[in-house]
Amino acid sequence: MNHIENKSRIDPELRDEMAKQNIFITSLDFIYNWGRRSSVWPMQFGLACCAIEMIAAAAARYDIARFGAELFRASPRQADLMIVAGTVTKKMTPNVVRLYNQMAEPKYVLAMGACAISGGPFIDGYNVLRGIDRFIPVDVYVPGCPPRPEALLYGLMELQKKIDSQTFTKAEWYQKGLKREFPVPELGPNGLIPKFNPEIWQPREQDARKTRYGQTVLTGKKQKAPRLEPVAVPPPPAA
Amino acid sequence: MDTQISEVKTQLETGLPDVKLRTIGNSILLENPEDLVRAAFFLKEAPAFRLDYLSSITAADYLDYLESVYHLYSMEKKTGPIVLRVRVKREAPRVPSLVPVYRSADLQEREAYDTFGIVYEGHPDLRRLFLWEGFEGYPLRKDYRQEDTDVLEIADIEWLEKHGVNVPEKFKTQARELAAAGKRALSEKPAQPRN
Ligand code: SF4
Repeated sequence: MNHIENKSRIDPELRDEMAKQNIFITSLDFIYNWGRRSSVWPMQFGLACCAIEMIAAAAARYDIARFGAELFRASPRQADLMIVAGTVTKKMTPNVVRLYNQMAEPKYVLAMGACAISGGPFIDGYNVLRGIDRFIPVDVYVPGCPPRPEALLYGLMELQKKIDSQTFTKAEWYQKGLKREFPVPELGPNGLIPKFNPEIWQPREQDARKTRYGQTVLTGKKQKAPRLEPVAVPPPPAA
Repeated sequence: MDTQISEVKTQLETGLPDVKLRTIGNSILLENPEDLVRAAFFLKEAPAFRLDYLSSITAADYLDYLESVYHLYSMEKKTGPIVLRVRVKREAPRVPSLVPVYRSADLQEREAYDTFGIVYEGHPDLRRLFLWEGFEGYPLRKDYRQEDTDVLEIADIEWLEKHGVNVPEKFKTQARELAAAGKRALSEKPAQPRN
């Protein structure tokens, strides 16, 4: 990722000189982004095992509070960041999308773990969404199963870099006609309707899984049923 | 075959002489599913076993038949598990419910109903548990065909357009072709029975 560094264009010597006189100068962009980056409030919700690792990141040993992100808000209205921590089942997807829609701008999404990114170990599951980025835009992907708390913290630092690179004057959430609410999918007879939102995500032209394993996604599975009883061996014919 | 199973088998045979059963490995197969409640009640009450705890109900699809498997333990005697099996036809799988005997059967029977479609007769509230009402089919059966989640179908296109989403033309053509061929977008092959 290329980021614009959040650097003030003010001469540091001049700034220090003025600070001695109790005059502090800064640029609006710098202080605006500094304030946002230093208090990213995540939303308090976890979906599966990854959530445990997120909790560990919030607890004393890893202490996400060092990055100003310790206030896990119980309401999407007060949160800046949605950490999608865990397996998103199809049944849960409408709720996740709805929570995203309810968040106030500016909002960010961090997909934590293989499951939230792509379905992970459950990619072939009948009830697992293959990545939350099918329905909502994701800013940072933190791979791992589960990612260690350090990885989550690194993801948060990457997000802080992204926040820093945004300029106040061009911020998309101050533009007219910004559409960052996405239609909430419905539960259909075979899965979700729709299967994905083409405005946000589209399948790759070349699907590596399909080229490698063929159309049958489940290789070797479900093909045969085991036999419980030993097959009766016919007695050897009398000599 | 371990001793406890053979003991259970002999006791069942003497206590309920009209229940037909045989052993498979370390488990007991009741030939007639209708006998299940009687057998379970007998094992729960029999002073020699006191199998008072039903720890799990699972189901399995053997393609020729469906099976419902019960693991019974005794909290009092600290023994178990005793495994009971019943087999039912795939077309009309009906097994009597064990809820009247073991309260813990409730959610587990709902789970087996949800994923295998085994109907537990006499269950007080047989609904889908993990999946939602309106889901079609039973996904853990070996002939269940999962949808291909990378291909949009007509229903998806209609839904998206209703909600004001721009759908690229290539998805529309793909969906129309599928619908014209009368096909669904499926991602896996069904299992074949062993012959
Ligand atoms: S990525 Fe791994 S640890 Fe995280 S929710 Fe999925 S299975 Fe659990």
